[in-house]
Amino acid sequence: MKTFALLIAQLGASTKTNEKLDALAEYFATAADPDKVWVIALFSGRRPKRVISSAFLQLWCMEAANLPAWLFEECYHTVGDLGETIALLLPPANRERSDTSLSSVISRLMTVEKEEERVKKAFVMDTWMQLDKDERFVFNKLLTGNFRIGVSQKTIVNALAKTIQLEPSVIAHRISGNWDPATTSFETLLSEKSSAADHSKPYPFYLAYAIDGEVSAIGNEEEWQAEWKWDGIRGQLIKRNHEIFVWSRGEELMTEKFPEYHALKNMLPEGLVLDGEIIPSIENKPLPFALLQTRIGRKNVTGKNLREAPIAFFAYDVLEYNGNDFRGQPLSARRVLLEEIVSAVNHPVLIISPVIEFTSWDQLENIRSGSRDMGAEGIMLKRKSSAYQVGRRVGDWWKWKVDPLVIDAVMVYAQKGHGRRSNLYTDYTFAVKDGDRLVSFTKAYSGLTDKEFAQVDAFVKKNSLEKFGPVRTVKPELVFEIAFEGIAASNRHKSGVALRFPRINRWRRDKKPDEINTLEDLKKLLQAYGK
Amino acid sequence: MQLIEFTDKGLYCSAGDFYIDPWAPVDKAVITHAHSDHARPGNAFYLCHTQTAPVLKLRLGDISVQTLEWNEPVYINNVKVSLYPAGHIIGSSQVKVEHNGEIWVVSGDYKIENDGLSGTFEPVRCHTFISESTFGLPVYHWKSQQEIFADIRQWVTGNQRAGKTSVMIAYSLGKAQRVLKCIAEITDRIFVHGAVWNVHQALLAAGRALPAVQRITPETNKSAFKNAVIIAPPSADGTPWMKKFNPYSVGVCSGWMQIRGNMRRRNADAGFALSDHADWEGLLTAVKETGAEKVFVTHGFQSAFSRYLNENGIRSEEVKTAYGGEEEEQEKPSTSKEQEEEIAGGDI
Ligand SMILES: [Zn+2]
Ligand SMILES: [Zn+2]
Repeated sequence: MKTFALLIAQLGASTKTNEKLDALAEYFATAADPDKVWVIALFSGRRPKRVISSAFLQLWCMEAANLPAWLFEECYHTVGDLGETIALLLPPANRERSDTSLSSVISRLMTVEKEEERVKKAFVMDTWMQLDKDERFVFNKLLTGNFRIGVSQKTIVNALAKTIQLEPSVIAHRISGNWDPATTSFETLLSEKSSAADHSKPYPFYLAYAIDGEVSAIGNEEEWQAEWKWDGIRGQLIKRNHEIFVWSRGEELMTEKFPEYHALKNMLPEGLVLDGEIIPSIENKPLPFALLQTRIGRKNVTGKNLREAPIAFFAYDVLEYNGNDFRGQPLSARRVLLEEIVSAVNHPVLIISPVIEFTSWDQLENIRSGSRDMGAEGIMLKRKSSAYQVGRRVGDWWKWKVDPLVIDAVMVYAQKGHGRRSNLYTDYTFAVKDGDRLVSFTKAYSGLTDKEFAQVDAFVKKNSLEKFGPVRTVKPELVFEIAFEGIAASNRHKSGVALRFPRINRWRRDKKPDEINTLEDLKKLLQAYGK
Repeated sequence: MQLIEFTDKGLYCSAGDFYIDPWAPVDKAVITHAHSDHARPGNAFYLCHTQTAPVLKLRLGDISVQTLEWNEPVYINNVKVSLYPAGHIIGSSQVKVEHNGEIWVVSGDYKIENDGLSGTFEPVRCHTFISESTFGLPVYHWKSQQEIFADIRQWVTGNQRAGKTSVMIAYSLGKAQRVLKCIAEITDRIFVHGAVWNVHQALLAAGRALPAVQRITPETNKSAFKNAVIIAPPSADGTPWMKKFNPYSVGVCSGWMQIRGNMRRRNADAGFALSDHADWEGLLTAVKETGAEKVFVTHGFQSAFSRYLNENGIRSEEVKTAYGGEEEEQEKPSTSKEQEEEIAGGDI
């Protein structure tokens, strides 16, 4: 556990991808094979089954540390992480303790699964007393399930590629398949001998820049193809060697996360790569990104997920056909081919991203203003003669997003954040004016820099009027511009409106609280954009 | 009437007509220590420990100040006032106030562990104890100074091996001197920020022995920093001023580094939970050793600490004060006046 705890500490402390990569590479170069297998498993979402509930862990910790429940809660609220809270509260470890390996701790954990509570408790308490603070933290993480350490699959893959002689894409493919860390050896998982061609390999994505200024500056209308800019995850759908692979733009293999795509396996032609958007959709209509988020980060997809957030693939482009690289062909030719492929497949999971017909920029600008109604973020413009290039390039592809809706509001409540921001007041509630009273209408999170958070936090601490549990009522003084993507009527909210993706756009230090928007202004937005 | 009352100007002893660590200007102020939230400008008269005075003058300019040694009583309008070591920073003192057989002690800020610089915290028997609670939750449990020093030295050595400069972020008064003592044992190439330099000079002038340091100025040759150790206040962290140390690694020294989230938020490469305040156990020990019947809890986790005391048979109440401006009490690099001045050019 020592080296594993050290690895987690290094990954947690570092903000630079290179340092994380080095820490992982160092671990893979030195750790025992069974431990390596578990590290790969843990970071690719294969956690050991959860056999002990958090409530018990909390209870046993309170018992070991002799603390009342309210004080434990208070600590948890400050630390923001249950595993860490427990690690910090437990009494010091036994003096005589031995280092047990990660894989042996996990296999012991799996053996107590079917045992009664007494046995589980003895195992957990005994293990706690063998471990120091950092080791307890990782042990608790194993028990509770989630290592929220910012390491992408790509980083793991590149770290492994430093110690074994395999192409990164081959490694990514191997570790993202269907395997059980309890029964798979490092050797079989990543054998260097296997030389099967890598069928999963995606192409680098071609990315667009945002239009800055007048759209007409990019040229004549007839040279351009317009499409909706969908708000999902950009991805590539690959069918090669009778297998199907789905890659995200972050080069993560996500095939297993979206079982919907498996239906396409026998319908797509061999040797095909499509570029498109991974997006939840019902009857060709995209659903909000928030629903997609309920699907990501989940290993086991439930029937409920599949019903409520069914995933489709909105196809933009064809990059490979019949095993041939088509990226050098002009977009206009690729588009014709794409339409043929999609209509031949004829399956609700594969949808063509429609081309928007327009004759003038003014007309398109008008259409763009209806993006929200389409569930889109704006419009994509692609030069009809363009090849599919590599990376972000200026010139042939542009994104033309709609401006978010904004409203100026004053902060009225603040609450401490969790995790990284557990000691700061970072969650705020905002109000608009209604005559001379204030009506709260939304919470909004992100959007400020760390420095701004620190300043707002200091303000909250000096200007709180009342305290309700973790929430503080704050003197209404700080004005923020709140941006959001949509607005709907709601009788669950005092203000009568609910916002979609509200976020802090900027801090309006130039505005006084009596210069904020009114409830009337919100209602006007609701009339204009609400549905 | 209470011997010490909680007024909007600060802790007030009406029998003696003086304040302790007032936050608004008053005639007579007894000062526990020189941190800016406890020692504010504008008072007509200051009383503090001999070793507090030099830094107090550095920070507040030309003030009228009387000094005392520890356990050297004075009478203010027939109220007996004496100072006892608080172990927080150099000169930091608890204030014992006695009148008509009743004894109150104001802790100021304190820590139990002897850091070798600040004097050893001395428990003082009293009827009523007014305690800080900066780290008043049981998740705050410090390693010994010796262990943390070993961690710091190991980190510095590791940086040297990797060809990196070690930038230690430490509050200029208190923490910086502790860190200096720690690293002086492994290197003599120690450079300091202007704010740390000023405190250093004031302490040297007052006769304290401290390891030698070099001040960083715009003229200092960049090559001098290679593999060296830099001591800088929190306000310098993340500013362009740090660029000249490239390649470097940043280590933050603060009790808040006990929690991972704080370390990540500070963007630190390393965090050392080295604090000038008592941890949870330290606070409990201190409270018990005073034998106090009543404990007032000031700045920090006062509601939790005070509730815990009540549930464990010690009568306690929270008190709202204006303390909590120093780096360790703020949970983050602050934007207090004092630190803005540090940013401005190190003249405090
Ligand atoms: Zn202090
Ligand atoms: Zn203080």
